Amino acid sequence: MVGMEAYVILSAVLFVLGAMGVMMRRNAILVFMSVELMLNAANLALVAFSRQWSGVDGQVFVFFVITVAAAEVAVGLALIVTIFRTKQSINIDVLHQMEG
Amino acid sequence: MNVLSEWAFIGVFFVLAPILPAVPILLGGVLSPKKPNAIKQATYECGVETVGDTWVQFKVQYYIYGLVFLIFDVEMVFLFPWAVAYGQLDFFAFAAGVLFIFLLSDALVYAWKKNALEWA
Amino acid sequence: MIDVPSFAELNLEVALPGIFLALFTTVLLIVDLFIPKDRKITTAHLTIGALVVAFVLNLPAFNAGETAMNEMFIADAFAGFVNMIVITGAIITVLLSVDYMKRSGIEHGEFYSLLLFSVSGIMFMGSANDLIVVFIALELLSIPLYVMAALRHDDVKSEESGIKYFILGAFASAFFVYGAALIYGATGTTNLPEIFRAIAGADGIVATENSAMIYLVIGAAMVIVALGFKVAAVPFHMWTPDVYEGAPTPVTAFMSVGAKAGGFAGLLRVMIIGLPLLVVNFGDAVETMAIGETITVPSAWQTALWLIAAATMIFGNFIAISQTNVKRMLAYSSIAHAGYILMAVAAVGTVQITKVAENDYTMVAVYAESALNGALVYLLAYTFTNLGAFAVVMSLENNDGSGTMLDDFNGLSKRHPLTAAMMAFFMLSLIGVPTTAGFIGKFLIFDAAIQAGLIPLTIIGVLTSAVSAYYYVRIIVNMYLKDAAVTDEAVGLTPYVNYATIVAFAGTLIFGLFPMLALDLLASSGAQIATLLF
Repeated sequence: MVGMEAYVILSAVLFVLGAMGVMMRRNAILVFMSVELMLNAANLALVAFSRQWSGVDGQVFVFFVITVAAAEVAVGLALIVTIFRTKQSINIDVLHQMEG
Repeated sequence: MNVLSEWAFIGVFFVLAPILPAVPILLGGVLSPKKPNAIKQATYECGVETVGDTWVQFKVQYYIYGLVFLIFDVEMVFLFPWAVAYGQLDFFAFAAGVLFIFLLSDALVYAWKKNALEWA
Repeated sequence: MIDVPSFAELNLEVALPGIFLALFTTVLLIVDLFIPKDRKITTAHLTIGALVVAFVLNLPAFNAGETAMNEMFIADAFAGFVNMIVITGAIITVLLSVDYMKRSGIEHGEFYSLLLFSVSGIMFMGSANDLIVVFIALELLSIPLYVMAALRHDDVKSEESGIKYFILGAFASAFFVYGAALIYGATGTTNLPEIFRAIAGADGIVATENSAMIYLVIGAAMVIVALGFKVAAVPFHMWTPDVYEGAPTPVTAFMSVGAKAGGFAGLLRVMIIGLPLLVVNFGDAVETMAIGETITVPSAWQTALWLIAAATMIFGNFIAISQTNVKRMLAYSSIAHAGYILMAVAAVGTVQITKVAENDYTMVAVYAESALNGALVYLLAYTFTNLGAFAVVMSLENNDGSGTMLDDFNGLSKRHPLTAAMMAFFMLSLIGVPTTAGFIGKFLIFDAAIQAGLIPLTIIGVLTSAVSAYYYVRIIVNMYLKDAAVTDEAVGLTPYVNYATIVAFAGTLIFGLFPMLALDLLASSGAQIATLLF
């Protein structure tokens, strides 16, 4: 039997990896993937807690997170496509039209 | 002991499973006539033959199509529980599901009118 | 038979304003497809009509305090007030957008649908009684804003603004979900009043279980980070100036009030209803108390919010001084104003513990009501004032987005005396001069903060307000004392923009002179929240 802490620690590790990816990666697609990693780390924690409390609240939450994340990514990819059309690059460092 | 016998069952599968596809392939190799020519040797590809570099830019339209698919695909997660419990739902729960499908089709109509479903 | 709540049990009529607006928007999206390109004004009219209907539907919410959808949703004075703020703000935004979108060549019918989706998201946020609803509302209010920020698709600045907002917004949502997961892990529920009871109740898990306490503190911190991004609090503000500068001006105007109102509604809901009594060293604090004695202790998150509020006020105001683009200056000023409202949120975290009997304590967040009133009235005042200021900036803005520099305001009083006078009034309201709505908001917040014992924070607030006078007054000086180098007509000064400016001016003036109008609406909020919790 794997303890509750194991799930929480795994999800925390995944979340931190995702957060580091968002901050350190320069490719917009990889940044998105890192955000997804963070969200799925949270999903893992939610499902684990849901099992611990033997309720369904956490699982319902996960449903919503999955769908909303898909909508969010769709919008983000559409934005990347438009940016690629003008800049011919998806490196987020090219986004410095405005100072600071 | 009991657990072990359950695993043994899977072990038998592991042994038997490769044999099933291997036998026809071997038999085919032994029995079939061999008359190779250039077209037969070419990599199988459906549709028209490829011309030029395959690493070309896709039309943006394909991305939009993909994005629309992504959304509809994921929204199905809400319909699964509804469909599984379908036989036990009262009319209101049924109507809620129908409303959800209506909202999805609302978005589909929008995408359609905006030509997001056009391939060409 | 699966236990499905019946239609009557869901009590949906409580959520009528939000449901109406969301459903109307899905229909509007289709209707707009059949409106010819040169008649998009019809879409704008339909939008305003729907917002007015939602405003009327919202009126009964003030006295209800009823829950819907298995207690995930609540309509009380708080929700009614947030709805009122955001609907009024949205009406002004539509008035601002009509001509601007046309003359910038970015007139899309979808703009109004996106705006309405965002508005319904903010309305759901005001009524959220469950972490799941807070999350959905947060996304419903944010996702349309990402698109709206990038609406000017021929302008790389606008695209850049959209994608920056998106990346940081998505990053913040991930923090929210993880924070919510940890809070759920500690308490076993996502329902805010039940989280409250789990923390403070007789079987309080907090005093006994250490891992639950750690989850709760980290979870609360992550939720604060996430909503801090939304309201542009320092140090989570870095997206704000760029996004505000790059986005089309009406979108910036709506973002600065709408997203802020939504973010604060969520923060107040979570902090006041969910986590006010999260006291870390509870055991140490009550060790030496005698029966009947009362002490005041800070909530676990109060210091964090204290620091964020102070940093936000100081940073926002001091950077705003050095800005020459008024749109960018208003962005930094909007950061600063978030700091004042955060001060009110921090005031909620002062907890009074009374020892009733041996091993029996009562805990109350005594200043929650006055802090809540202060924050909401401040948001109302800020909505009117800031939208008014943006309306004036917009009327000076050229079709290519230029014309928003400080020097462009030179001599405005001679060219357009009425607009200049209203702009001067908005600036005074942003400083917080008496007779303006901004003064009432600041007064209530400072009052709540002093009551809650946050004296140093209040002093920082007053001092930074004085600093802010410098850059606000500079605009008045430019308008009245300097001569214009250019004399070209203000292209944006159209009837619709004038209506918007006048509505904003009227709101700023009326709530400045008669603050009781707003306070009466909120009178029952504290009592409603108390009945919800105990």
